[in-house]
Amino acid sequence: MNQAMSANANVDTARQWLKRQSRWSPFEIVFWLALLLPFFLFPTYLPLASQIAIAALFALSVDLILGYAGIITLGHAMFFGLGAYAAALLAKAGWSEPLTGLLFAGVFAGLIGFITSFMIVRVQHLALLMITLGLGVLTLELANAMSWLTGGTDGLRVPRTWPIFNYFRFDLWGYTSYGYTLAVLFICFLLSRLLVNSSFGLALRGIRENVKRMPAIGSDHHRHLQKIYTISAAMAGLAGALLAQTTSTVALDVLSFTRSADVIVMLVLGGTGRLYGAIVGAIIFLVARDQLAGINPQYWYFWIGLLLMVVVLFMPKGILGFLSRLAGRRDND
Amino acid sequence: MTDQKEIVLRTDSLSKKFGALQVTNAVRLALPRGCRYALIGPNGAGKTTLINLITGQLKPDSGSIFLGGDDITGKSVSARVRAGLTRTFQINTLFPDLTPLEAVTLAVCEREGKAGQFWQPLSAHGAAIDEAFETLKSIGLAAAATRPTRTLPYGQQRLLEIALALATKPRVLLLDEPAAGVPKDESAALFEVIAALPSDISVLFIEHDMDIVFKFASRIIVLVAGGVLLEADPEEVRTDQRVREVYLGKGHHV
Ligand SMILES: Nc1ncnc2c1ncn2[C@@H]1O[C@H](COP(=O)(O)OP(=O)(O)OP(=O)(O)O)[C@@H](O)[C@H]1O
Ligand SMILES: [Mg+2]
Repeated sequence: MNQAMSANANVDTARQWLKRQSRWSPFEIVFWLALLLPFFLFPTYLPLASQIAIAALFALSVDLILGYAGIITLGHAMFFGLGAYAAALLAKAGWSEPLTGLLFAGVFAGLIGFITSFMIVRVQHLALLMITLGLGVLTLELANAMSWLTGGTDGLRVPRTWPIFNYFRFDLWGYTSYGYTLAVLFICFLLSRLLVNSSFGLALRGIRENVKRMPAIGSDHHRHLQKIYTISAAMAGLAGALLAQTTSTVALDVLSFTRSADVIVMLVLGGTGRLYGAIVGAIIFLVARDQLAGINPQYWYFWIGLLLMVVVLFMPKGILGFLSRLAGRRDND
Repeated sequence: MTDQKEIVLRTDSLSKKFGALQVTNAVRLALPRGCRYALIGPNGAGKTTLINLITGQLKPDSGSIFLGGDDITGKSVSARVRAGLTRTFQINTLFPDLTPLEAVTLAVCEREGKAGQFWQPLSAHGAAIDEAFETLKSIGLAAAATRPTRTLPYGQQRLLEIALALATKPRVLLLDEPAAGVPKDESAALFEVIAALPSDISVLFIEHDMDIVFKFASRIIVLVAGGVLLEADPEEVRTDQRVREVYLGKGHHV
């Protein structure tokens, strides 16, 4: 992209340049408006749209740590699942108010995220993969063993969620579910967008770009990493809670390794470190699964694997990275 | 001692071994406020290792380090930087995808404890951005401020190494071969920048080019095989027989 600035640059242009980096583009506005289309154009797909919004929120939480801070994880379903069970158990205990349930799940997952973050920030590379994988597996097995609480392999039936604001009932067609999940996704996206464009977001990019330099500029970067890991865990917990509240069931698969791996696949497809990659990746992954499973229920993952390889080989920055490069090339011509 | 000034950085018989190799051998040094010292010595003498020990990238086997009278031997790298002890790297250690403006703004925000604030946009830290830009301007990087670091010419990347260090407002600045890899005509210009640094910063720089060392250093520390062979004024180093043998003897004319 063309970022050249004239040689007589001054302080004002420096400020303006930084401000410009975080400006809303018309594409973004169109993108969010397009996410409202399912209400009008494909109402039969509203349940799928809700699933996509939930997966996108989960992928967004992973993008914050993977795409911005460079923390690779193979166990983030742990926080998704903890959030789902927290919301489900609160509802089973007699409290099915959605927003407080959501908050409860987010705080709980965030708390576990904070506790585990002490371990996470001390390791890198393969060790980091193994620790996150290990924690994920541990949580799954724990949930399995505590079947009196979690329902084990049978799962939990979650009492019906109360109307949002005591007004919007959860309908059979999924209008409320999609409105609800999309609204939560949008709010979390706004917060993430603010975060990545803040001085903290800059520090995270610094960590990703060169972790060795960070202490040498006086950064206590372990604290930054703990903070973003906690925020990310809380956000994954929110996604899990949305699933519990909108589908009224929670099974062990919310904690599964497959979920941890799928979310990485979505991010890589969409493109990491750009927030929108999480949403685009979730759309592609779940729409492809929906369509392909209809054609060939057993082998749909084959096509995902093929798509993944094509993207990794030919679009190393994901589909969005590829598109923005195309657009940039056209700008420069 | 020619300098009666306040000592800002002091090491006390600092030693370090890599296996059987004694890379740092009972090094004592003292940097007065505002000094311009050079650390010289043949390749592999242990100069970089000494800086790694002083700044905390490596732990010494024995000995202590004092910054302004405080024992900082057990402190982390980042804590030392916040206390005013900063270094640059012999091999560029930059943020390739950040622009110089972003990188230096980050260093300023870290210094002011603002880098953890995720609830307001970066542009809200106007003073930090202005300071970052002024820092870049002061060392001649204003025009490159908003280009990604990886696209900058090598010489400008070397300057950015110094700008990042300056943004931490150091009391002591340790420059590990700031002109490493820079063509000779450019390296003189680079050292003009170093000579023009604020006069209250104590600077210790490593440099192999003796013309530059004699021109810019007020005092020279000669390190050989991990130990201080000599610490003296340039005149004395120039004429010292041992220095000639180990260091200047390789066909260098003084
Ligand atoms: N981490 C390490 N492990 C083992 N040996 C090391 C390590 N770092 C440096 N050394 C060795 O210690 C000696 C001193 O290295 P150092 O980098 O401090 O030298 P230097 O004086 O900076 O040299 P140069 O002028 O080439 O930069 C060298 O023999 C080097 O091979
Ligand atoms: Mg060296």
